[in-house]
Amino acid sequence: MPAPALPGKGLIKGLGVTGKTMLKTMFPGGLKKPKPDPVGGAVTVQYPHEKEAPPPRARGVIALKEENCTSCMLCARECPDWCIYIEAHKTKAPPRRAGGKPRKVNKLDRFDIDYALCMYCGICVEVCPFDALFWSPEYEFSEPHIADLLHDKALLGQWMETVPDFEPYEAGSQAKVKKVPR
Amino acid sequence: MTMTEREQLRYIAAQAADARVNLELETEGMTLNIGPQHPATHGTLRVLVKLDGEQVVAAEPIMGYMHRGYEKLSEMRTYPQVTTLINRIDWLGSFANEVPFILAAEKLMDVEAPPRAQHIRTILFELARIANVVLFLGDMAVQVGAITPVFFAFRDREHILNMIESATGGRFHPNFDRIGGIKDDLPKGWIEETRGALKRIEAFCDEMETLVLGNEIFQTRTRGIGVIPSDVALQYGMSGANLRATGVDWDLRRDAPCGLVYDKVDWKVWTHPDGDSFARYWVRLQETREACKILDQLLGTIPAGPIMAKVPRIIKVPAGEAYVETENPLGAMGYYIVSKGELVPFRLKIRSASFSNISVTPWLLRGVYLPDVITILASLYFILGDIDR
Amino acid sequence: MNVLANILDPYWAKTIVRVVGALAFAILIAGTLVYVYLFKAVSFMQSRLGPMEAGPQGSMQLLAEVGKFLQKEDIYPTKADRLLFKAAPYVVFMSTFLLVLIIPFGPDAWFANLDVGIYFALSVSSISVIGILMAGWSSANKYSLLGGLRAAGQLIAYELPLVLAVVGVVIQAGTLNMQGIVGAQANGEIFGFGGIGNPYILTQFVGFAIFMISMQAELTQTPFDMPIAESELVAGYLTEYSGMRFLLFFIAEFATAGVFSAIAAVLFLGGWSLPGLHWESLGDVSNVMNVVGPLVLIGKVMVLSFIIFWVRFTFPRFREDQLQRLAWKFLIPISLVNIAATAVLKVAF
Repeated sequence: MPAPALPGKGLIKGLGVTGKTMLKTMFPGGLKKPKPDPVGGAVTVQYPHEKEAPPPRARGVIALKEENCTSCMLCARECPDWCIYIEAHKTKAPPRRAGGKPRKVNKLDRFDIDYALCMYCGICVEVCPFDALFWSPEYEFSEPHIADLLHDKALLGQWMETVPDFEPYEAGSQAKVKKVPR
Repeated sequence: MTMTEREQLRYIAAQAADARVNLELETEGMTLNIGPQHPATHGTLRVLVKLDGEQVVAAEPIMGYMHRGYEKLSEMRTYPQVTTLINRIDWLGSFANEVPFILAAEKLMDVEAPPRAQHIRTILFELARIANVVLFLGDMAVQVGAITPVFFAFRDREHILNMIESATGGRFHPNFDRIGGIKDDLPKGWIEETRGALKRIEAFCDEMETLVLGNEIFQTRTRGIGVIPSDVALQYGMSGANLRATGVDWDLRRDAPCGLVYDKVDWKVWTHPDGDSFARYWVRLQETREACKILDQLLGTIPAGPIMAKVPRIIKVPAGEAYVETENPLGAMGYYIVSKGELVPFRLKIRSASFSNISVTPWLLRGVYLPDVITILASLYFILGDIDR
Repeated sequence: MNVLANILDPYWAKTIVRVVGALAFAILIAGTLVYVYLFKAVSFMQSRLGPMEAGPQGSMQLLAEVGKFLQKEDIYPTKADRLLFKAAPYVVFMSTFLLVLIIPFGPDAWFANLDVGIYFALSVSSISVIGILMAGWSSANKYSLLGGLRAAGQLIAYELPLVLAVVGVVIQAGTLNMQGIVGAQANGEIFGFGGIGNPYILTQFVGFAIFMISMQAELTQTPFDMPIAESELVAGYLTEYSGMRFLLFFIAEFATAGVFSAIAAVLFLGGWSLPGLHWESLGDVSNVMNVVGPLVLIGKVMVLSFIIFWVRFTFPRFREDQLQRLAWKFLIPISLVNIAATAVLKVAF
C-alpha cells in the first residue's frame, strides 16, 4: 500500500464520497434537471405509511390449516423450546362412503403457539406430515402484553389466507413445488 | 509503507518504556470500567483498565455477561433442534455457525451431502461472511469516530440479508442447513438477484476504501496501533482475519475445505505483514471483495441434482466423536460432538473464534492510550455471542 | 414605577435589546443549524431521510425535541458537586451569548460595536473551557472527568492558532473593530484592483484554513471531538447531564458553531457587505443594507457551517496526543510564518 502522494488527498476524497451521496439522495433524478426528491433518493422505508413486501419464503408467522391437523403432536414434540400447546379429543366423523362405518378422528380443542417463546426456526412446519402448518410472511402481530402473544387456533387459521403459493425453483433443481391447500 | 520488523519492535519497546516511566513516577492511577454497558463493547464485554493519565497500565477483559449455555442446552435437544440454537452464537453471520456442526454430525453418520447441496451451502456460507464483515467495515470507522460509514454498511448489508431471507426465510437466523443436505432449493430468479446485490457490495467496498481506508486521520489512528507479532498471535490461538493480518498465511477454507466446495473456485488468501489495526481492516476489506469474487464463480456453476442425501427421518447419530472446524467470518469455529448413539448429543463443545481472539487483549493493551483501547477492540472484531456462547 | 422608568431609560432599553436580541439570535441560529444540517443534510449524506413525521418534512421536530428535554427528569449523581454541576451549562452558554454581541449584521445593525471587537470575541470564547471543565469535574464520573480534561487541553491548544490566524487579518485591516474589518474588506483592493473589494479569504487563505481547523477544534466537532468521543467516553463531560441542562449544552454547541461561522464570515468573507459595495464612512451606506446585510451574513454563515458539519460527519477523530502535535508542531508555526509574511507584505505595499 503506497502512501498517498499529497497529504490531505484522502481527506478530500472522503468528503467527496459523502458529498456525492448527499446529492444522490437529494436529487435522485440526476443533476442535469435538479428536482429535490429525498423520499425517492433515500433508502428509508417510512414504515407505517409504506410497507415492504417480504419474500414469499419469509418466516413471519405460522398459520394453521385446522382441517388437516390430526393432533399427532409431532410439531409440539420437535419444537426446540416447546412452545406449541395441543389438546384434542376423540370423536366420530361421518363415513367417507355412504353406508360405511363412522371414522374415529381427533378433534382439535386447542392449538396455541406462544410467540413470545417461538424462535421462528420452522421445524414444526417442516415435520408436519399432514400439511397443516405453513409459514406466512405476515409480520404485524405484536401485542402490548407478552402474555397476549399466546395465539390460538382461530387466529392461526386466519393467517392461513395470507400464506403465499410456493415459488418455482431455480434451474437444475429436482425438488417438486408443493401446493398450499386452499 | 509497511512497517519493518525493526520499527515494530521499536514501537513495542517504546510503549513498554513509557509505561515503565509512568510506573516509576508512582502516580496513583485510575481504574476505569469500560463496560459491561458501553457503546464500544458491542454488547456486554467488560474491560477493566488501570489507567495512568490516559495510558493503560493493565487491562483485563471480563466476559460471561451474555453466557447463554448453548453447550449445555444442546445436550437436551435433538440434532435438528440444535441448529436453531447455534444460529444465535455469531448473530451477524448465522448461517456460518450451522455449517461446522452439520459437517461434524455428517462425519459421524458417514453421510455426504449431494454436490448441489454442498454448492448452495458454500454460497450461503460466503453470503453470511459478507453480511458479517460488511458491518465490521462500517463499525470500525464508528469506533474511530466517523459516523457515516456505519450507515453505508447497514444500507448495503440489507441487500445481502434480503437475499438470505428470500432463500432461507430468515434474515438473521436461517436454520437452513440439515444433516445430509439443505432444507430447500433456491427459488427462481435468486441467482440473478444475488449478482445484483454483490455489485452493491463491491461498490460499498470501493466507498469504504476512499472514505475510511484512504483517510489520513484513520491511518494515523490505526497504523502501528495494537501490533500483534505473528508468533504471539499463534500462541494465543488467534484465527481468521486477525491472524492473517499478522502475516500468517492460514485459511481453513483453503487448507481444510471439508464439505464445502472452495477447491472448485479460483481465489486467493489475503495477508498483511503489519499486524496492526490498519492491517486487520485492510485484510477484511480485501476478503469481502474476495468473497464477492468467490460467489460470482459459485453462482454460475451450481450443478443440477438433489439437495438431500438419504437420511432417516428420525436422526440418531452413531456413537463416536467428531471435530470439524471451518473458517467462519470471525475466525476458526469448530464443534466437537460426542455421541452415544442417542437422539441428542452427549456432549457438544463449541470452539468459537472470538473467545481466542479477545484473550490477547491483556497482552496487547498494555501501554496504549485509552482511545487506542477502543480502536484495538474494534479491530479485533468480536461478537459477544461468539465469546460467551 | 422605578423599574418602568429604568426600562425607558436609553441605557436599560439598549441592554434589553441586546439581551433579547442576542438570545434570539443564538437560539435561532442553533435551531437552523440543527434542523438543516444535523437532521437533514447529514441524513442525506447517509442515504437516510431524517425526521419526517413532525410537521412537513419533519420541520417541527425541533419543538418536539425541546419539549422532550424539558419534561425529562433533572438528575444529579449522588456524589456530584451540586453547585458546579448546576452552574456549568450556564457558563458555557454565557460564552456563546457574549460572542453574539460583537457580530455586525449591517451598517447600523449591531448589538455592540467595540473597538477591540475581535479581541473581545476571542477572549470570551475561552470562557466555555471553564464551564466544560466544571461539568467534567463536578459530575463525579470518570468518563466525564477524562472528557473535561481533554476539552481543557484541547481548547487551550487551539486558542493559540485561532488568535494567530486572526492576527494576519488584523494586520491587513489595521483595526480590531469588527465593522472596521468589514469596511477594510469592502474598500480594499488586491494589487490595485478594487472592483470586488478584498475579501481576506483571497489574501489570507492560509489564515482562513488555520482558522477553520482551529474553529473545528474549538467547537469540539469531529475530527477533534475527543472531549465527547461517544465511542470511547460515552458522552464525555455530558455523560451525567439530562433534561434542561443537557439542552443548554446542546444549544450552546450549535449556537457557537453558528457564531464562529459568523465571525469567520466577517473576518474572511466580507461580513454583511456584498462584493462591489464601497463606502467612505459607515454613515454613507444605504439603509437597505440593514435589512439585506443580515441576510447576506446568514447566507455566508450557512456556507461556512456546512463545511463544519460536512467535515464532522465524514472524518474519524484524532487521538488526543496527535491533536496536540497538530496544533503545536504544525498549525502554530505555519500561522507564525503567515503573520510574518503578512507583516512584510503590508510594509512593502
